[in-house]
Parts: sequence; C-alpha cells; structure tokens
Amino acid sequence: MVVTTGIVVALLVPSIEFFQAVSPVEFLTGTLWSPLFKNAHFGVLPLLSGTLVVTLIAAVVCLPLGLCAAINLSEYATARTRAVIKPILEVLAGIPTVVYGFFALTFVTPLLQRNWPFDTPPQVFNALSAGLVMGFMILPTVASISEDAMYAVPQSLRAGAAALGATRFEISTRVVVPAALSGIIAAFVLGISRAIGETMIVLIAAGGTPNLTLNPAESMQTMTAFIGAAGLGDQPTGSIGYKTIFAVGLTLFAMTLVMNIISIRLVRRYREIYD
Amino acid sequence: MSTVASPDLLTGQRGWWHRTRDGLFRVAIMGSVVLGLVVLVALIAQSLVKGWPRLGLDLLTHFPSSFPDRAGIQSAIFGTLWLVAIVFVTAIPIGVGAAIYLEEYADTNTWYNRLIDVVIQNLAAVPSIVYGILGLAFLSRGFLHLGPVVLTGGLTLSLLVLPVVIIASREAIRAVPSSILDGALALGATQWQAVSRQVLPAAIPGIATGAILAVSRAIGEAAPLLLLGALQFITFNPTGLDSSFTALPIQIFNWISRPQEGFHIAAAAAIIVLLGITLLMNGVAIWLRKRFQQQW
Repeated sequence: MVVTTGIVVALLVPSIEFFQAVSPVEFLTGTLWSPLFKNAHFGVLPLLSGTLVVTLIAAVVCLPLGLCAAINLSEYATARTRAVIKPILEVLAGIPTVVYGFFALTFVTPLLQRNWPFDTPPQVFNALSAGLVMGFMILPTVASISEDAMYAVPQSLRAGAAALGATRFEISTRVVVPAALSGIIAAFVLGISRAIGETMIVLIAAGGTPNLTLNPAESMQTMTAFIGAAGLGDQPTGSIGYKTIFAVGLTLFAMTLVMNIISIRLVRRYREIYD
Repeated sequence: MSTVASPDLLTGQRGWWHRTRDGLFRVAIMGSVVLGLVVLVALIAQSLVKGWPRLGLDLLTHFPSSFPDRAGIQSAIFGTLWLVAIVFVTAIPIGVGAAIYLEEYADTNTWYNRLIDVVIQNLAAVPSIVYGILGLAFLSRGFLHLGPVVLTGGLTLSLLVLPVVIIASREAIRAVPSSILDGALALGATQWQAVSRQVLPAAIPGIATGAILAVSRAIGEAAPLLLLGALQFITFNPTGLDSSFTALPIQIFNWISRPQEGFHIAAAAAIIVLLGITLLMNGVAIWLRKRFQQQW
C-alpha cells in the first residue's frame, strides 16, 4: 500500500513540475523527442511508436506460439511429458533479461542481417530482433498461465464433447479454448504488459534513437529504453532532463496499470466460473 | 488431461478430413513447443560457446579493467552478494509477515483488505524500471538522499520482489487446510500458537520456493539498478552499506554496450556465471516445491 502510494507520488510530483514547463499537448502530440539537447523537443510519440512496434512484434511471436504450446501441454501431452516440460518452462521464465538482450544483439541481429530478403538489411540496432527475442522471453509466462486456465476446465465438458463424436482438435478449439478464454486473454494481456515494461532487451538491442517510424528494421527507442538511457546519463536533480524520466515513467506506469487491472479482472472472472 | 475416453477411436468414424486436420494440428502444436525450446536452448548455447574460453578463475577474481583480457567480475559478484543479503533480510521477513497477516488475521470482507489484495497483485506486474524510478526519487535522491550506494540498490530490489514473496507465501499458507488450524485452536492454542507451530511449518516449503524465486529475480534484475546509477567503473568490493557498488547484470550490460569484441566475450562468460546461479536457484525452488508438495 505504502509502496503504491510511493510510486504514484514519486511519479506525480516531478511529472507535474514537468508539465508546468512543457504543455501536455506538446508532450502527447509532438513528433520529435530530444529532451536532452539544447534545442529540446518533448513529443512522446516517437517513444510510444517504438514501444508499440516492439510490443506488436513480441505479441505476433508469442500469442500463437503460447496458445499452441498451452493446448499441447493441457490437451495432448501425456502426464509424463507435462511433468518434464512444465518445470523447464518455469526455469526458463527466470532467465535474466540482460541475457535475452545479449542474445538479440549478438545472435538474432546478425542472423537477420545475413538472411534479409529485402533491399536494406536491418541496422545493428533494430526493433525487429528486440521484438522477436522479447516474444520468446514472455512465451513461458503466457504458455504457463493459459495452460493453467485450460487445465481448470472441467473434465466433464471434454468427455461430453468426445461422447458426441468430436475429435481432439474439435475438443481443444471449440470446447476447451472458449471455456478458458478469459484466462487465456488474461495471460496475453499480462504478457503484453510485461513486454511494454521490459527495459534491458530494448536498451541493448533496439538502439537509442527516438524514431517515429513503423519500419522494424530501423533503430528505435522505447519509453523504457529512454528511461534507462537517461538514468545512465546521471541527470542532476530538478533539471528538465531529470523530470522527463518521471513524465515518461508515469505514462508507462499508467499503461501497464490499466492492462494489469484488465488481466486481474479476467482471471477473477474465470476463477468464479469453475470454483 | 489426456485421459479423455479415447477420442482417437472416434476419429476413425469421422472420415479422412477430420483425421488429417487433427494430424496437422498435432504437428503445429508440437512444433510450437519445439520452436520455443530450440530458441531457448540456442540462447544458452550461444553464451556457452562464446564465453567458454574466458570462463576461469581469472574472470572470477579480477576486477573490471579497460583491457578486455584482464577484465573480471569480482566486484560485481560481491556487489550482487550484498544486494542479495539486503533483499534477504528485508523483503522476506516483511513479505512472510504480510502474508500471515492477510491469510490468518485480516478480515477479507473489509474494503481495505480487499483493496490491499488488488494492489499487491498489481504491484507484482509493475515494470521493474518503475521501481527504479521510485528508488531514485525516494531513496537515492529525495527524502533519504542515500546516493547510489549498495543500500539503495538492495532496498529498491526488495520493494521489487516484495509482492512476489507475499503472493507466494499467501498461496503456501492457504494450501494448508483449515482443519489443521481449527484442530490446534480446539486444543486450546492461541491464534498465534496455532499459526506459528502448525500452519507455518506446514507452509515452509511453499514459502521457501517463493523466497528463492524472488531472490533469483533480484539477482538477474538490471534495469532499476541502472537508473539508480550503479553503472560505474568499480574496482573494489563493497565495504559497507554506504559503499558504491556494481552488480553482475550491470557489469554484463556495461560490457555488452562496448564495441570491442573482447568485451562481448567477457560478457558471455559473465552471462554463463549469472545463468548458472539463477537457473540453479530456480531449479532448486521448483524441485523443493515438488519434493515437499503435500497432499492433505
């Protein structure tokens, strides 16, 4: 409780000071982000678009894979396979994110550059490799939580469908997935909220240039990467650069908070049905 | 859940399309698990291959250096140990205490206890860098003005893992059936005696699992420390709570962001050490949970 109040106060007070210096309209609609230069611009859109592109790539990787892996574990795998795979997933969920960042920069990016099918190969820092790796980072979380939701679907529903002649594919996609849908969506929302808040991968692999573009082969900066990079520069307390950290942090906190509330609500709802 | 009354037998009566579709789907879902595992194995293998030549006593005993061949992680390891010690003595007692209160003492029907419940769940999902901002505003600068020292880093990480500890401990306590508590109370134990001598010992494996996972998360966390200003050239081990410090993930980040290949190799070697520690801890935690899982 104290911590939440602390977070809100910590973010709000300097943010208010920031918005006294910079109008919120400029902050939310400006297309140029260069707060630390002499000729400072404070448009947060390039950071938002960077976050959006990276998160979108991560979602495209992780949603289908996570769903399929969860169906596999819950509906197809034997008890023995499940007993092996599930702990592996949990252990992998604990890999530090710097490690994923290193992997994106030194393995995935060169791989993409060598096998690029289009004209201009990706830059050394690019949103694509950061997004791809981030998708695999949140995969264990998404798969594990969706699997819990599917596992909680009563056996009688499956048996009923099987008795009506449904194949296992039909049972999985038309009975189990719809019955566990709110839990699955909650897992996705939680995964995406983790992707939005992830710092180290994008800081290492996506680069540090705020860039209002949707081309994933280019370098871009996300909100978290900006906060991280600004923190490195050791801003003097009270300076406008120091306050931008809090304004961007507040935007980030608000976004993830809304997503988490949605996710927790959904988990609650699905729990109520089958308890 | 694969014990459904053999739907495969029924497939035979439904024609080739249903069988083919079932087969294709089976391939797709198997492929998804395999692809996930392959990527994660590649991730570990790549660090191993790249960092193996540098992994040795040198790496562990040397201090950071501007020459990649001589750079080591001694100060980073000691910094991480200090952080872990601080997290251990702050987050775990407070977290377990909060869990005991919420499960055994709090009246769950009052609005403020329900609010606390929701708040804790939300806190567990707040991005780690936001905790860094909190630490920067209140601990490092602001109120306490501690500066970028090991105490600030440790307390920030404690705040970060506190919700994880509380949630895991609550689940462990909740899993102990209420008949145990009721039995103790019926024999004349006070609430505290019943909780501390019956419920808590039964919940210890679950609490320990949560605590180990929390500490392992604290070890791997870099973003909040970065914001606190831990990215420095530190060639000494922390001497006290007010000493400046570096930590293993911070040192790795520092080396990754340098252009020289030599530092990337050193980073890979340090990653092997970090992965070894965190994966081992997670493995132990999961094994512990399995080993002591009690059926009531």
